[in-house]
Amino acid sequence: MNAPQRPAAGPASLSRPEAPTQRWRLKQGGLIDRGQALSFRFDGRRMTGHPGDTLASALLANGVHLVGRSFKYHRPRGILSAGPEEPNALVELRGGARREPNTRATQVELFEGLEARSQNRWPSLRFDLAAVNGLAAPLLAAGFYYKTFMWPAAFWEKLYEPFIRRAAGLGRAPGSADPDQYERSHLHCDVLVVGGGAAGLMAALAAGRAGARVVLLEEDCALGGRLLSESESVDDRPAAEWLNGMAAELASLPGVRVMLRTSAFGLLDGGVVAALERVSDHLPLPPPHLPRQRYWKIFARRVVLAAGAIERPVVFGGNDRPGVMLAGAVRSYLNRYAVLPGRRAVVFCGGDEGWRSVADLAASGARIEAVVDARPEVPQAQAQLAARLGVRLVAGGRVLGTQGRSRVASVRFADAQGREEDVGADLLAVSGGWNPSLHLSCHLGGRPRWDERIHAFVPGDLPPGMGVAGAAGGQFTTHAALAEGAREGVAAARDCGFPTNGPDIPRAEDAPRELVPLFHVPHGRGKAFVDYQHDVTDKDVALAHREGFRSVEHLKRYTTLGMATDQGKTANVTGLAVMANITGLGIPGTGTTTARPPWTPVSIGAIAGPHRGKRFRPARRTPLHDWEAAHGASFVEVGLWYRAQWYARPGEAGWRDSVDREALAVRAGAGVCDVSTLGKIEVTGPDAAALLDLAYANSISNLAVGRVRYGLMLREDGFVMDDGTVARLAPDRFFVTTTTVNAGKVMQHLEFCHQVLRPHLDVSLLSVTDAWAQVSIAGPNARKILEAALDPGTDLSNAALPHMACTEVSIGGVPTRLYRLSFSGELAYELGVPADYGEATMGLLMERGAPFGLTPYGTEALGVLRIEKGHPAGGELNGQTTARDLGLGKMVSQRKDCIGRRLAERPALIDPMRPVLVGLKPADGSAPIRAGSHLYAPGAETHTANGLGYVTSACFSPTLGHPIALAVLADGAARVGQRIRVLDPVRNGDVEAEVCSPVFVDPEGGRPRG
Amino acid sequence: MHYSIFSLLRNALSGNRLWTPAWRDPEPKAFYDTLIVGGGGHGLATAYYLAKEHGITDVAVLEKGYIGSGNVGRNTTIIRSNYLLPANTHFYEKSLQLWEGLEQDINYNAMISQRGVINLFHSDGQRDAFARRGNAMRLAGVDAELLDADGVRALVPGMNMNDARFPVQGGLLQRRGGTVRHDAVAWGYARAADRRGVDILQHTEVTGIRVEAGRVTGVETTRGFIGARRVGLAAAGNSGRVAAMAGLRLPIETHVLQAFVSEAIKPVIDTVVTFGAGHFYVSQSDKGGLVFGGDIDGYNSYAQRGSLPVVEEVMECAVALFPAFSRLRYLRQWGGVMDMCMDGSPIIDRTPVDGLFLNCGWCYGGFKATPASGWCFAHTIATGAPHALNADFRLDRFATGAVLDEKGAGAQANLH
Amino acid sequence: MRITCPHCGPRGNDEFTVLGAADPVRPGPDAPLAGWVAYVHERENLRGSHRELWHHQAGCRAWLVVERDTWTHAVIAVRAAREAEQAP
Repeated sequence: MNAPQRPAAGPASLSRPEAPTQRWRLKQGGLIDRGQALSFRFDGRRMTGHPGDTLASALLANGVHLVGRSFKYHRPRGILSAGPEEPNALVELRGGARREPNTRATQVELFEGLEARSQNRWPSLRFDLAAVNGLAAPLLAAGFYYKTFMWPAAFWEKLYEPFIRRAAGLGRAPGSADPDQYERSHLHCDVLVVGGGAAGLMAALAAGRAGARVVLLEEDCALGGRLLSESESVDDRPAAEWLNGMAAELASLPGVRVMLRTSAFGLLDGGVVAALERVSDHLPLPPPHLPRQRYWKIFARRVVLAAGAIERPVVFGGNDRPGVMLAGAVRSYLNRYAVLPGRRAVVFCGGDEGWRSVADLAASGARIEAVVDARPEVPQAQAQLAARLGVRLVAGGRVLGTQGRSRVASVRFADAQGREEDVGADLLAVSGGWNPSLHLSCHLGGRPRWDERIHAFVPGDLPPGMGVAGAAGGQFTTHAALAEGAREGVAAARDCGFPTNGPDIPRAEDAPRELVPLFHVPHGRGKAFVDYQHDVTDKDVALAHREGFRSVEHLKRYTTLGMATDQGKTANVTGLAVMANITGLGIPGTGTTTARPPWTPVSIGAIAGPHRGKRFRPARRTPLHDWEAAHGASFVEVGLWYRAQWYARPGEAGWRDSVDREALAVRAGAGVCDVSTLGKIEVTGPDAAALLDLAYANSISNLAVGRVRYGLMLREDGFVMDDGTVARLAPDRFFVTTTTVNAGKVMQHLEFCHQVLRPHLDVSLLSVTDAWAQVSIAGPNARKILEAALDPGTDLSNAALPHMACTEVSIGGVPTRLYRLSFSGELAYELGVPADYGEATMGLLMERGAPFGLTPYGTEALGVLRIEKGHPAGGELNGQTTARDLGLGKMVSQRKDCIGRRLAERPALIDPMRPVLVGLKPADGSAPIRAGSHLYAPGAETHTANGLGYVTSACFSPTLGHPIALAVLADGAARVGQRIRVLDPVRNGDVEAEVCSPVFVDPEGGRPRG
Repeated sequence: MHYSIFSLLRNALSGNRLWTPAWRDPEPKAFYDTLIVGGGGHGLATAYYLAKEHGITDVAVLEKGYIGSGNVGRNTTIIRSNYLLPANTHFYEKSLQLWEGLEQDINYNAMISQRGVINLFHSDGQRDAFARRGNAMRLAGVDAELLDADGVRALVPGMNMNDARFPVQGGLLQRRGGTVRHDAVAWGYARAADRRGVDILQHTEVTGIRVEAGRVTGVETTRGFIGARRVGLAAAGNSGRVAAMAGLRLPIETHVLQAFVSEAIKPVIDTVVTFGAGHFYVSQSDKGGLVFGGDIDGYNSYAQRGSLPVVEEVMECAVALFPAFSRLRYLRQWGGVMDMCMDGSPIIDRTPVDGLFLNCGWCYGGFKATPASGWCFAHTIATGAPHALNADFRLDRFATGAVLDEKGAGAQANLH
Repeated sequence: MRITCPHCGPRGNDEFTVLGAADPVRPGPDAPLAGWVAYVHERENLRGSHRELWHHQAGCRAWLVVERDTWTHAVIAVRAAREAEQAP
């Protein structure tokens, strides 16, 4: 299922003639389905390829080598690699809302109708005007911008920066919302294997056979790793055949899960591996009900890192010209994709690896013009191969430069004696050795170790639970990969409690990999690139050194080396090597390159998953929500809740009309408001009162059963945390309410007080916010309405149920709690019914209340009523006010220990000049006062030092017929009756107000007791 | 070498071979008048202003790694002075003014870009809180504008304002806010300080602070003892550990803050945007990468890496606000460790040890503070007393109750 | 990060909220103000092993004393706060 099928070259594939565009397609071989042609467009030009192609291989099959322009100099760029390390072949894939900029053509699986465009060029890819930047290159060296664009000072932002910004960047973001879906998933396993090449397959097999739960992640669309690209045999069979067998066995093991097109992009603390599965990226559109991508969090007990290695290019003049290709990538295109990347090739290498491409190129019919091997002595086997193929061998040679307009036309090299020569060629295959893909081993801070044997970094101290196998650990032969994979699979399974001896190791190639260090050819012809994508050259590295930017991090940051979308996969180690040549300290003495997540760029949408648009956060709706919606409510977001804000009626011109009507209805008759969102907590147990005494500033233990008290909660630093009510239902049972916004915080705080500060107390806490539908019935007619609505037999007289008392009643036969308390300042009750009965209760209340003018009101009218009454709420409880500031200082009991009591006594918090709560009304009787305005003495200069306070809440009072506000004001009590200037410069407000008591309505407080 | 069009051209014509090191690499002397512990932005700026404003040039900056390896190299590059409390408003405004003249002052282009910083609000309560803040700024002489939804839409295209879980109602805009090329700040100050005679000692880790008879006499380092008359600590992220060497216990916890950058794209967003319904802010760098930041991870950490919940939160917010960002990719993430102070505001003060001065507690506001922090700390060290601009940033404010709690979050470090 | 809750087993840190250091002990009601200031504000802020209070908010709602390395992020020990030794 997962392994590649090598289509038989037979009459079937001949029956359908090859599209004439694919002139560079080899006549046979490859893991492509020649039976089917896929049509695609690049920069508008229509071409064809086959299933199994990448966009890169299909472009090469059509002879397209120029695919992009570089970041800074806009140099023509081609296809360097065949994998995730590609720095050059970045395209805009798809279009419209699905446009994906900076997409690596080497990883895009070809699909029917694929559209791609080259980036960062104008007007066209072949003729890019910004290529003149190349002429100014001496001015544009590393860090040049730090030294210039400073004169005249104003020009940077007006002229230089906009120009630089437009010139920079690569592709374009889509212009509208992403139409696709994304998912998040979790996965638990014993052994996670990262990489499905020879090593990873053996690790998965070993652990899977032992009975461990195994997950194998492979970034590619097929298992096999380098085996897909090499002409090798395993177990004396063609590699593809062996891979099919492996895939079949893994599929048959019940505990093994193979995930293709899935990149492990991060290792996080606790051994969590983050991975991205590209579910539908290889298709024209995601199929119905499938996401485009899926973000996985994988919890594995052991991880085997078998991520392979990345070949590195060599720094020499013109090493960026299209037609310069990594030698391993050349073999990928030949063997896997059946594409000839060039007809006349030069191979430049530092060791045996490059020679594998010599053999494969020759077998594919390419003419090899020269093999430039940096080794003075080339081993006999290779020399014989050269002789057999009639290939010119330049031992101890160096490539100095390339020529050609938008593709390599000739290569200049020097032999061991320094004699220079040009040779015509359209392909230059380069191998400077391989860098293990050790990234995941670094994500938790592990430092790689320099290995002189392979001239590369290998994983150093491994994170807990990780093993490394194969090329990721610097073992490059297929035999070593198989053996190490088996070994690590066995070890991981054993660690998880699945003892096993492991599978037999299949026979496979085990040829030596001799290599001399070959990073840089100094003094070549033309620009020599270290970091292709960011256009960092060897001269930039030298300049960084000259200017003192010698540590690896300074080098990176000063030159931007390794900071592009490829994150320096082909550049970092080489850059370090170039620097080491200058410092003379050797590579390990010069520094270490390490890696941070993500291994490969990850879609932002995939991480966000389904939490987008309206589903960004969960929505909480009260049990009365549907009733409210049906009765014309507008809703407002309050925390996660949607609350009814007001109920518009026909003929009302705007929200103010509705709110004024609702507030007046409460004052004149009665209103009903949904307060289900208030936090509700049941506190039970013999020590419940003791806990509440600690948590609340005022005393709770002396509250009588059947009574309710306003409760004030402080933070330990002495500022107000929250307020609410406490009802004592029984000696050992309290019902506590909190503000809507602080419900979670207060619950957590009470649990802290109990479990951490008073663990010996026998008390339990239960959040019951969602269990109750709770409404407030407020207004002079409230009692009459309840008498009409409640089941007969309830005595609501002042004697039976005075202000601040509570009782159990029933309504429509449903047991109901009734609390007589008032936020509005009117005669008021809160009625709590089990949530499921909320809607029915509301209907009953409205029906029985209609004769008494019962009017539903929303949060806006609620706010107006409480401001008129001077009750502190959100604007006042802003975390910066103390109980004293709000006029509640006397509530803080001095007779007991409570949270926040001691620090509230700090000198600055009892300073008599601290602003305290006052009321404000416009001096002219009509000017609006807005919350957020600042207060000044009339005539005082309006600088900060003279500020006296600010407006915390404001509204139009329909009861009084003019605007009112609450504010905190320095020396506020003494200023009552005085004028104050209310400044609101951000809204051009500047009015005078009269300071007054914060209680605008019923200052004697008789109404709620009525 | 002075940077000018002339020096640039002369180098361009000579293969860029005439450039000299941006700062020297001197051997430590046995004694300095003043030592600054910490070669980050704040330490280097302090050294520069000691030399420039106070003529004190017998100064060394001690850095345990390479300069700029702390938060000046690990931030989201934003500058602004949109603070509520007067002490903060005035201090950060001083900083913004120093940013505005910095490039000419230090002859180094840090690419200061005053492209505007907007804080979005999504409810009436948030609007009022931002109005209070904007008014505080205006009354302190700082620019601030309160925009309604249409104003925001005109300024920042591509945002999902209405069909959102928390629709955008408006925003508080500071046009003079913006971004700076962060690494260049460390390098520019280092070069400018060096040119005035300051020794920058990289790879010199302080391992002890020597105090004799209540007075600081120098520091132990990995390169030996270095004597000094005065020592200033500017080691944010590690302030607690360094201060402990002098026996001080600080109102600080060290936390990790992550940031993210996307692949480079052509310009899509020209303002720094801060979401009001989640922990998220974004700007686009001159190179084209979108730079995202979020909340701290919430647990004490000295490791420069974070965990997935914050990554997820940030990406959710990014898509919630800019639905077209969904198909862009993030390519790098990093974590910086910072001093989370118990009230969210910094400390620049003397200490109970004579000659020992403290600069810490920057939470994640440290980058934008760099110039004013250095300027005020230099003043405090040079004169022995705080400047009016940092007079409220006292170490003893937690005992007096004169805390500077912008958010009203209380004495819990990870809430600021 | 993974925290092994003594009641729920290993869970991702997204299920938890963190308060801060677990070691400061709340003074008695009549202790000097300086002791209270220190309890609420001053922190050892250790690099290395650090005892801190975590709340399993999206789980069993237990407050936990988590001993964790602030340098490596290794979790060393987790106990319910009610059973931790600091409980009086």
